[in-house]
Amino acid sequence: MGPNLFTNYGEAVSAILFCIGFTNLLLQTNLIKKIIGLNIMDSAIYLFLAEKGYIAGRVAPIVVNGVTSTEAYINPIPSGLVLTGIVVSVSVTALMLSLTIRLYTRYHTLDLDEISTQLKKEGR
Amino acid sequence: MNFICNFPFFSILLSLFSGTICSVLPAKAAKVVNRVVIIVVGLLSAVLLVYLLSVGEPFVYWMGHFPAPWGNEIRAGVLEAGMALFFCIIMYLSMAGGAHKLYDEVDESKHNLYYILVNLLLSSLLALVYTNDMFTAYVFVEINTISACGLIMIRQVGRTIEAAVRYMIMSLLGSGLLLFGLCIMYDLTGHLLMSNIKESVNALIANGEYQIPLIVSVALMCVGLCIKSALFPFHAWLPDAYGYSTVSSAAILSSLVSKGYIFLLIKIIYRVIGFDIFNSTRIIDVLFVFGLMGMIFGSLSAIRENDVRRMIAFSSVAQIGYIYMGFGMGTQSGMVASVYHILSHAATKSLLFIAAIGLTEVSGGSRRLTDLTGAGYRNKWAGVAFTAGSLSMVGIPLFSGFISKLLFAQAAVRVEGKMLASLIVLGISTVLNAIYFMKTVIRLYTSAKDTPYTGITFKDMKSYAVVLVCFILLNILLGVSSQPIVDMIEQGLSMFA
Repeated sequence: MGPNLFTNYGEAVSAILFCIGFTNLLLQTNLIKKIIGLNIMDSAIYLFLAEKGYIAGRVAPIVVNGVTSTEAYINPIPSGLVLTGIVVSVSVTALMLSLTIRLYTRYHTLDLDEISTQLKKEGR
Repeated sequence: MNFICNFPFFSILLSLFSGTICSVLPAKAAKVVNRVVIIVVGLLSAVLLVYLLSVGEPFVYWMGHFPAPWGNEIRAGVLEAGMALFFCIIMYLSMAGGAHKLYDEVDESKHNLYYILVNLLLSSLLALVYTNDMFTAYVFVEINTISACGLIMIRQVGRTIEAAVRYMIMSLLGSGLLLFGLCIMYDLTGHLLMSNIKESVNALIANGEYQIPLIVSVALMCVGLCIKSALFPFHAWLPDAYGYSTVSSAAILSSLVSKGYIFLLIKIIYRVIGFDIFNSTRIIDVLFVFGLMGMIFGSLSAIRENDVRRMIAFSSVAQIGYIYMGFGMGTQSGMVASVYHILSHAATKSLLFIAAIGLTEVSGGSRRLTDLTGAGYRNKWAGVAFTAGSLSMVGIPLFSGFISKLLFAQAAVRVEGKMLASLIVLGISTVLNAIYFMKTVIRLYTSAKDTPYTGITFKDMKSYAVVLVCFILLNILLGVSSQPIVDMIEQGLSMFA
């Protein structure tokens, strides 16, 4: 357990970041802070993938000098997954931000709990 | 390869593409396109189902021209095709039943946006049902979430926007966990296709390597999908989202969206981890306990509720609990009961939502139970439909709810150690269901003196009444012809392995 944790420090950091992002998304009441938590959480996963996909001393799989041996290149799939993940993450962030703007123009606050109390007062 | 093998791909692409077309069409044309696409996809799935039943074995379809470890794949068996057909039927009926309400609640200029979202939702559900690739599944889970969020907030009032935000937050937590679990699984096995992952998992288990990361990965994926399908402690967003969105959205969300995630979980259990390995972990005990708690607490919240739409929404929490209880039993018969309950609950819950809207309309738009007194006389068709749905939920013979309760009880008897708990909770939950549904039905048929509201006749709601009759017939069909359907589910599950 101990030595593995130090050799795989990248993965350990990404797991810690994931937890930070997760708790922020879950527990913050401010909507903007929630969205920041969401982005930290997603980035942590991409860090994890990038860390797993990279092999020290090898380069991205683009053939330039006629080297075709697979030993020279890293696995390109994790990078592909990260790119796809970033696209997904950008679109959900945009959607969350637009919802936040809607709520802010209606209730003039970013606090989700306060919005709930105002909604209860409206009684609809 | 037979031409019919193209049909899963055609149905996904057709619904995705029609969603894009709807953005430039006027509202009326978009509506026609939407209906036609749902019918066509339903027909394609029906043909596929007949073909698969006659062939008797599933097929794998390459997306592009790369074979297994590299390419992306679609896989279709009896259960997938049947599920796609069933989703199309429910979606068509829900859209048709809520169409008149859409004109009251949603701005006319936004109608084609609504049909875009519905088409996107259909395509993502189909992709979740058919895909054989974990990362594709993740991407379509997110598309599903985004379009479901759009369906909630298309009716622009404060409540729905707040509900949409809460829904998004919980869903994003779920998909974050799913993605993390998936990445760990990819690192352990080196594959993204379900069949390849399963081989590697079997090898890992046989060699006794990486046991803890494997369990962590499976647990993360399970928790992620549980959050997204609103299992008991994660259901806080559900009543507002189902209770205040426009009625077609509520019916589709409760009966299809959460079921899509549950179906993905079933696929993960069978096709990624392997049924026996999954059952040897402690995860099923956790699912079992939370399923039982959901059955009781969902019903208790429903009893306390005074708003008919929110009451039906809380009832969904209880029904999702049933499904996870079936998973938690860890036997084949428990799983069959769960899959049957997915069908039964989808048919019944959308019927209840559509019927409830007819009842609230003849009560001045009020959804409080006190105002609904005598609504069963004012809108006879909706009253009958609501009664039928309630009877099915409580588990009266002839309706589908009875069969699913029977299957759960039969499955529970065969499980040692969990038998007593599941039977007792099943009994309690049935009684609680009966309390709040029968209370509502009795209120609907209590004649209200000097009521200010006027009734509605058959002439004013022909299409609505037809939809309700179709729903009731579907429910009775599921209940009466249960044996062929159960056989089909068993055949489909055995094709998974």
